[in-house]
Order: sequence, then C-alpha cells, then structure tokens
Amino acid sequence: MSVDLEAQIDQWRGFVARRPAMTTDDIVEMEDHLRNQIADLAAGGLAEDEAFLVAVKRMGNLDDVSREFAREHSERLWRQLVLIPEPGTGVVGSRWRDLGLVIGVALLAGIALKILVESLDEFALIRNVAFVLVPAVAGWLAYKRRVSWRVAAVLTAVAAALVLVVNLYPFEMVPLPGGGEDPGMTAVLVVIHTPVVLWMLTAVAYAGGDWRSHGRRMDFVRFTGELAMYLALIQAGAGVLIGLSVGVWNLAGFDLEPYLENWILPFGIPGAIMVAAWLVEVKMNVVENIAPVLTKVFTPLALVMLVAMFAVMVLGDSFDAVDRNLLILMDAVLILVVALLLYSISAHNPMEPAGVFDWLQLGLVVAALAVDAIALSAMLTRIAEFGWTANKTAALGLNLILLAHLAWTGWLTLGFVRRTGTFHDVERWQTRYLPVYGLWAAVVVVAFPLIFSFA
Amino acid sequence: MRIDKDLVAASATPLVLGILSEGESYGYAIGKRVAELSGGRMEWTDGMLYPLLHRLERLGHVEASWGRSETGRRRKHYAITDTGRQALAERQRQWQVVADTLDNVWRSFGTPPVAEGLA
Repeated sequence: MSVDLEAQIDQWRGFVARRPAMTTDDIVEMEDHLRNQIADLAAGGLAEDEAFLVAVKRMGNLDDVSREFAREHSERLWRQLVLIPEPGTGVVGSRWRDLGLVIGVALLAGIALKILVESLDEFALIRNVAFVLVPAVAGWLAYKRRVSWRVAAVLTAVAAALVLVVNLYPFEMVPLPGGGEDPGMTAVLVVIHTPVVLWMLTAVAYAGGDWRSHGRRMDFVRFTGELAMYLALIQAGAGVLIGLSVGVWNLAGFDLEPYLENWILPFGIPGAIMVAAWLVEVKMNVVENIAPVLTKVFTPLALVMLVAMFAVMVLGDSFDAVDRNLLILMDAVLILVVALLLYSISAHNPMEPAGVFDWLQLGLVVAALAVDAIALSAMLTRIAEFGWTANKTAALGLNLILLAHLAWTGWLTLGFVRRTGTFHDVERWQTRYLPVYGLWAAVVVVAFPLIFSFA
Repeated sequence: MRIDKDLVAASATPLVLGILSEGESYGYAIGKRVAELSGGRMEWTDGMLYPLLHRLERLGHVEASWGRSETGRRRKHYAITDTGRQALAERQRQWQVVADTLDNVWRSFGTPPVAEGLA
C-alpha cells in the first residue's frame, strides 16, 4: 500500500480515536475492516484513493456508529481510574509496589500515632499529631521524587527544630474553674500554625527540592486541593461505615467507642491521608481535578454571599460587640476567597483570553476587600483601645497578609481583563506569594510564644 | 437495494449468528458473506456491524478472541456459543412465522412473492 494511503488511514484513525465510546481495540477492529475493504475494491479495479473513499463511506457516518458504540458500552463515556491495571500492560508490578509502600508508610505512621496516644496527655498529643501525619506524606513524596540527601537533611532538621520548640516552650496553662486546665493563647496558636509550616516543608519535598520553580509550586497547590477533596470523600465514606458499625454493635450490646479511639482513629487517619495522597498522584492526569470544578460552582455563590455580608455590615449595629471573633471570621472569609481564586487560577489555561469568569473573580476580590475594610476599621479602633494580645496580633497579621495577596491579585486581574496585563502575571503572583504564609506561620510558632511570654 | 433500517436491525442478529454457525469468522468476512448470501442486494453500513457483534458478545451469544490476519495485523475473531445457537434456533422459528405470514399476505394481495429468487 502506498504512503499516501497510509497517511489517509492514519488520519481516519485519529478521527475515530477522538470518540470517547471507541477504544483502541475497536479502532483496530474497524481499521482491519477498512483495509480489507480497500484491498478488495482495489483488486476490483479502483484506484487506491477512490477505494479509500468508498470504504470510508461504507463504514457509515461516524457519529451514528459511535452513538451505537456508546449505547452498547455506556460505561466508556465515564472516565474510569484504573488503579490496578490489567496484567500485561507492564505497569502492574510498579503499581503494586507503590501501593505496598503507601500502606507501609501508613502503618508506620499509625504505629507512631498509637504510641503517642498511649503515652501523651491530651494537649501534648494535639501539639504533636501533625509531626506524625505530615512527615508521613512528606517522607513518601521525598522518596518518590528522589529528593537529594542534603534537601532531606535540611527538611528533617527544620522539622526536628519545630518539634523541640513546640514541646520545650514553657506554655502557660489556663486553669479551669471546674478543675483541670486549658492551653493558653500562644499554645493554641502554635498548634494551629505548626501544620502550615510542616506543609510548606512538604511542598519542598513535593517539588523534589526544586522549591523555586513556580510550576512545581502550582502543582503543589493542585495536589493540596485534590488531597483535601479526596480526604473529605474518604472521611464521608468512613463516617458511614463507622455509623453503621456503631448502630449494629450497640444493638448487639457492645460499645464501639473504645476501639474507635484506641485503634480505628490512630490507624485510620494516617491511612486515609496516605491513600488520598496516593490517589491524587495516581489520578493526576487521568481524572479531571475536582477542586477547580467546585471553584466554578462556588465563585458566583461566594460573590453573592460577600455582597450580602457587605450590606448586613453597613446596615447593622455599629459593631458594639466587636471582638476578635470578627477578625477570625474575616480571616476565614478571605482564606475562602483566596482558595477560590487559587484553584480557578490553577486550572486556567494560560493561553485563554479573559472571559466572564475572570470578571466574576475580580468582583469577588473587590467584594472581599470591601467587607474586610469595614471589619478592619472596626477592629483597629478596638485594638488601639484594649491593647494587643497574641490572638489579636495573629489574626490581624494573617488578615493583612491575605489583604495584600488579594489586593494585588485584584490589581493584576484587572490588568488581565482589560488586556493591559497577562494571565501569566496573575499566576506568577500567586506562586510567588505562597511562601509568605509559611513564613508567617513559622513566625507565629517560633516567635509569638517568646514575644507574648507564653501566655 | 436500500433496505429499511428497522428491517436491517431486525434481521442482522440472525444473519450474523447464522453466518457464524458456519464457522468462526471476523468482521469484514461476515459483512462479505452477507453480501454473497443476498446476491449483493443487501447493503449494510459496515460500521454498525461492530456494535452488534459486541452486543452479541456481551449477551454470550458469541465468543471473541484476538488473532492475526495474513498480513500480521491484530484481528478479532468471533465464534458462536451454545446459547448463541439456541438464540439462533429461536429466531429462526420466529422468522419462519413472519415469512409464512407475509407470504400469505402477498398471495391474498394478488402480487407475486417478493423475492423472485426464492420462489
């Protein structure tokens, strides 16, 4: 057969391959048909290109044929994640090894957590849980990315230093009226901010040590979002299993709770995290990311929410009962907006021109800034009156960091939608700014207890 | 001759099963055999044969296996199974009834039977 004909058949194959309901096997089968038909027609006296045209014509309208395939194989229209591929494809061994490694790491983390649960009091446990869970993921990623020994050593040293800080600082405890005691302000702040610092270290492991790369940073953002989604789904599923078990055990006269606290959670939580991380790595380019899809759904809703908030804040009482809770709430609102922006940016095709959605995002940023401006002005006067506590400072600091992030994102987005700037600028700003959060968290963990004398 | 697509759809299953009961075959050869048996008068959309074969495979009427063509390309072969034979026998009885009935209608109608070759 001539080169020309081969090229035509190639083209036809490409055309067929774009139909989601047709698999490679189907195409092989139909191509065999096509070639036989062409050969027979050519033997009957037709020129090759004529034979090709007739054969393709006889194959029928591809839309109809592929619809018929879709009717027969409707499952093919849903993209499936093949976790353990069929034998003979060559990836089976490595996939099983991967899964074995993940389960091994999860078990080790489970054992470590179990030891902590048995040996530490409640507050010490809460302080140290992150040092088991996050390094499990980070260590696994470091191994997968073949991180150099130097990077691994630095990461381990920083994490170890954090362990010392968190456990050796003499935190003040607040006695409770009914006996017992609660951790003080700085102690709680440290517990909240330690995972953020550890997660930044994980980012370095994820990037294989190449933490300066903006592309790797954005990948880590995507990884984090998908991990959160998968964890939420796993948690929901596990909740159903546990709920059913509790019900049946109760009826049978047994109490599941001691097992839940002593065994299921210490092993289940690291297991869930590791499996979620593994799933995100496996599915990377096979299944659509969920986080950006949710972003698309929630951006308009968040905009409505912010506009309503703004109205309520303007019309409402003049913040007589304003306290740090307002500041913390505002932080949460801004984090939500930043997350919405970040994930839609992570899925934005850099080549695509600005569209309606980008305007929507700009609106979101402006609304968030307006709401925060009202809250901040109310807060600053209060702080000036009542002085600085660790909590207020931490909340205000985070608020300012988020504000700077959003304000500049808004400015760059404005440039993008007005075509004076590029989307690249918007994207770069995100990845450039991300380490600020880690550094701020490190400051809160390391410096705040010292500054506020462990109160 | 152009044949109504409902008729093609109704007759395709027994035709394919019948051809396969002659022995194992593959897509193109099945299509060719249909042309031979109809004296070239039945024209199919070739592509539609494959979803049909896959449906018969799922129903367990045929079994598929991958082999090689003379030129060494991968080729999917189909063979009829026992349930396929039973289904074919059942279809054959049904078609017989339909054909007989139609025959009587044509006769009372006063027109000669449709297919001159079969008369």
